[in-house]
Amino acid sequence: MGFSDADLAAIWLTLRLAGITTVLLLIIGTPIAWWLARTRSFWKGPIGAVVALPLVLPPTVLGFYLLLAMGPNGAIGQFTQWLGIGTLPFTFWGLVVASVFYSMPFVVQPIQNAVESLGERPLEAAATLRAGPWDTFFSVVLPLARPGFFTAAILGFAHTVGEFGVVLMIGGNIPGVTRVVSVQIYDHVEALEYAEAHWLAATMVIFSFLVLLALYTLNPAARRK
Amino acid sequence: MQAELKNMVVGLAALAAATLARAEQVNVAVAANFTAPMNVIAAEFAKDTGHEAKLAFGSSGKFYAQIKNGAPFQVFLSADDAKPAKLEQEGMTVAGSRFTYAVGTLVLWSATQGFVDAEAAVLKRGAYNKLAVASPKLAPYGAAAMEVLEGMGLTAAATPKLVQGENIAQTYQFVLSGNAELGFIALSQVMKDGRITGGSAWVVPSNLHQPIRQDAVILSSGKDNAAAAALLKYLQGDKAKAIIRSYGYDI
Repeated sequence: MGFSDADLAAIWLTLRLAGITTVLLLIIGTPIAWWLARTRSFWKGPIGAVVALPLVLPPTVLGFYLLLAMGPNGAIGQFTQWLGIGTLPFTFWGLVVASVFYSMPFVVQPIQNAVESLGERPLEAAATLRAGPWDTFFSVVLPLARPGFFTAAILGFAHTVGEFGVVLMIGGNIPGVTRVVSVQIYDHVEALEYAEAHWLAATMVIFSFLVLLALYTLNPAARRK
Repeated sequence: MQAELKNMVVGLAALAAATLARAEQVNVAVAANFTAPMNVIAAEFAKDTGHEAKLAFGSSGKFYAQIKNGAPFQVFLSADDAKPAKLEQEGMTVAGSRFTYAVGTLVLWSATQGFVDAEAAVLKRGAYNKLAVASPKLAPYGAAAMEVLEGMGLTAAATPKLVQGENIAQTYQFVLSGNAELGFIALSQVMKDGRITGGSAWVVPSNLHQPIRQDAVILSSGKDNAAAAALLKYLQGDKAKAIIRSYGYDI
């Protein structure tokens, strides 16, 4: 007993999805987190709430709306068709787009908290030394807020690995394209293949534990104390 | 005074009678594809017998796992005949209670008017973006769909365009939202009062696949439940059968 080829394909696909999503989220989420941490705009509340929505919404709600929005009659679907790339449901990149929405709060919020706790002083000091915004970001903010980025990356990755409801709604269960580990486990359970389900499910439990263990023990913030 | 006493006696007698023929409650696990007809049947069942059927809808595989682990259901209406048979073998049912309550009809359906023709030529031409089927591993309708494709010699041509719903309800959603231009679903999903309600459809001839038998069974915990026995009897009656047929099932 062990992993079948289909299980291994699902594992590899899941890691690829989570990896790409995490990188994209760090790129997209950082400016959003930065803005949320520093702005005094009226829009801080509404935008912050939208970013946090996936924390509260059942994944099937998100998946259902994404299925409609990314479909041939939806707004996103019309746009992607106009771009000439067809529609996103049932594709790997469709899952990436969905995961970016779904895992956004797990990346934005730790970075936002880290930037907020920096305060004004390091930035003012950088300004008096005539550092440009990019220089300030890479030489001051990034090193000081590193624990926040670390947490963001780990949580974003882990949360995408655990994604199920959204994938179920827009994936179409295509082997090697959209059949991720959580869906594969669900399939095993539904087909009464409990031994196969146990292998994958236990692996997920161990993986999740190790990720959180890493988060709590390796995080530079925790070590500094 | 005397009249009052008489009223009271009548009232007590009525109460006693009601207690004797006590209406019971039965918890029923119902396959998702049978949701619409079962809601109607349960309402009629309550009217005609006084018993109450409390319905839970979901996938048969999940129900099987829950029943094995002590879920409080007395009756199981499965989407297939394999799971009730398995429960029977495992001694989890009331012997002799298993029977086929409905035979599913497969339909190739599109939300777009005129997209699917009466000869299913659209399938043979391959003139579609995606073809949705229920997971053949999990759903009898999915297995039947694959059998039809195989029989028509279209498996290889269709495979790259296949998308799978975890169950027949999700498959319907893929087609309804237009994400898949067509799909194999249950006739019961698009039929009401004996008519297909929208889009375009090819009702798959039943000789193209193994019959999709949906079996019902009384579970061990329903052994002494009068409502459970009454419900299974009711399902085999003419009234229930007429309702079942009006949703596109054979029986």
